[in-house]
Amino acid sequence: MNSQLSNQTARQRILARLHASGTEQTDVPDAPLPSEISLAGDAKIERLAALMSAIRAEVYIVESDSWQDKLKQLARKRGWKRVLYGPQGPIGPEIESAWPADADDLPKLVAYTQPVESFKSELFQNIDVGITSTRGGVAETGAIALWPTPAEPRLLSLVPPVHVAVLDADTIYNSMTEMMAAERWTDGMPTNALFISGPSKTADIEFTLVFGVHGPKELIVLIRN
Amino acid sequence: MGSKTSFDFDSNIDTALNDGQLRKNLRNAMDILVEKRRAIFPDSDQLQQLRAAGNAIKRRALKKLPQLLEQLEAKCTANGIHVHWAEDTSQANHIILEIMRRHEASAVVKGKSMVSEEMHLNRFLEAHGLEGVETDLGEFIIQLNHETPSHIIVPAIHKNKDEVAAIFHEKLTGTPYTEDVEELTAIARRTLRERFADAKVGLSGVNFAIAETGTLLLVENEGNGRMCTTVPDVHVAVMGLEKVVEKLSDVPPLLRLLTGSATGQLITTYINMISSPRKADEKDGPKEVHLVILDNGRSSILADPQLRQTLLCIRCGTCLNHCPVYVRIGGHAYGHVYPGPIGKILTPQMEGLEKAGVLATASSLCGACGEVCPVKIPIPDLIRRLRYESYDQEAAAVVDGGGYKKNFAETMVWKGWELANRSPLLNELGTRVAGAMGNHLPKVGPLKQWTSVRTAPRIARKSLHQRLRDEGVNHE
Repeated sequence: MNSQLSNQTARQRILARLHASGTEQTDVPDAPLPSEISLAGDAKIERLAALMSAIRAEVYIVESDSWQDKLKQLARKRGWKRVLYGPQGPIGPEIESAWPADADDLPKLVAYTQPVESFKSELFQNIDVGITSTRGGVAETGAIALWPTPAEPRLLSLVPPVHVAVLDADTIYNSMTEMMAAERWTDGMPTNALFISGPSKTADIEFTLVFGVHGPKELIVLIRN
Repeated sequence: MGSKTSFDFDSNIDTALNDGQLRKNLRNAMDILVEKRRAIFPDSDQLQQLRAAGNAIKRRALKKLPQLLEQLEAKCTANGIHVHWAEDTSQANHIILEIMRRHEASAVVKGKSMVSEEMHLNRFLEAHGLEGVETDLGEFIIQLNHETPSHIIVPAIHKNKDEVAAIFHEKLTGTPYTEDVEELTAIARRTLRERFADAKVGLSGVNFAIAETGTLLLVENEGNGRMCTTVPDVHVAVMGLEKVVEKLSDVPPLLRLLTGSATGQLITTYINMISSPRKADEKDGPKEVHLVILDNGRSSILADPQLRQTLLCIRCGTCLNHCPVYVRIGGHAYGHVYPGPIGKILTPQMEGLEKAGVLATASSLCGACGEVCPVKIPIPDLIRRLRYESYDQEAAAVVDGGGYKKNFAETMVWKGWELANRSPLLNELGTRVAGAMGNHLPKVGPLKQWTSVRTAPRIARKSLHQRLRDEGVNHE
């Protein structure tokens, strides 16, 4: 194909210019990184919670075995109608077991199990909340890490107006660097990896901070301790 | 002095300086950004250490640039991402056109990308009957008003909310006039959600491309970047070839520098890392991901050891915020995609000195840009270098159009200066004449122009030599 040919030509010519530039002969001294924070377990939770709360995330520390109670409490209080989740995900069974079939004051659970092509209008128009597990947290900057999976797809944490993220306290790392190294991210990156620090926001008009410009208007983090 | 430029910089500056509203909007915004940056880097020693580390990481990436690009290509390809190379913006535009045509897409939803501005992609698509839809709120506002970004990070910073209200009311059918910023944002959300859901192709820039893992990293607060890279069937990422870094572990310090310098944030709302298209069992995400690697003059910039530092830039925009010239005239006056100090050094190297060298004159050389640059680009030194190249005082000019300002009169003046300073006799004569007549020179020509906004210095009646002799100091 013609375009493939021109792509090859462009590639060769660009690389030839880069090699000829002499850049490879530069001497680059190493510069040490500033030391990173190193906090104890509780201090990590506190720092993450404080930083994320400061940018309008709602953070609740809950008991590991009864975290669904907080979820149901929020659902009733806020009047959520339809909650999207991944039945095959790490927290799917726990959500289902906490949802009695006959409870009409709780929102309807909607499973994200089909390709988005056949689910798009439902996803964009009829879902109030998306619930996901998380891979861990970062205390230094205040953020949660997500690696979306087939069981908990990418749009689960993006399209619904509210994102509820369930975070285990013992997966909170001091820093992004520590997390990436400890979990050996370089061994194989997923299709999509995310750090999320709060609800979607903008300050593009006169620096007035507005939440929920394109993504979730609310981010609720339940830390299971 | 009249310089051969494709735009009238002087007149742009005049217009901007006389626009009270613009100056007020800019002053407010830049003060906020400067203050936020100061607050996020409270420890100066730590900041200096971080800047040195950022500089070293980016310099190492430039040193290994050809290998890293090949490694990035190999990794991305293995991950299922299609990699394209473009020597110039026209090639890059045509690559995108071909992808859109193959997927019968009439529109592309766009996340914020300065490279796509550099490509004038929207204009190109329009000429081919296709639409580029800006989805970053600031970009959306200015696109509605047929404008271009005036700032790298906050593209609509020259607009206040009354102006935005008027634009929405006028350009979005059925939108009532409102100055409520929450409501204005909600209008944009509603309008653009439909576009995201319908789009077949999404486009984004790249903040860092990680060679080690074949990962494209995007930094944002709004979530429109995630929309553009997740909802449509196809995702096209465009990057300047200097965006590649070697290792995943290079990223955290660079992120800290980028978000801290750009908006005074510890971290943005989203750090979005993309390493492959949708896999067989995945439910969403694009089925095709394309990466377009653009040169457009960058490989030539790399050829000069001093000038190549321009390519360390991570596009945080903090040099704009701290520049006394940018704060007064705003981004549009520069007449090119990249405004402010970084634009002053980047644009003349891309476009040639004859076309854009005048940008390098718009600096007081106060040094602020160099002091705040998170990767320590010596911007003032590079500005001086480009000014020097404009006169080609030695035969070493490397930038296109070097020596375009060289002229007989100025050359003769400097020759005379040289002569007067080499010959004691001429020097003596010169200082005597200057002492006697210097304060009575008629204010005409360049002198008139120069003194129209400055007070001419008073020249001493007697030279220093003369005074020392009079006072009996023996300097032999």
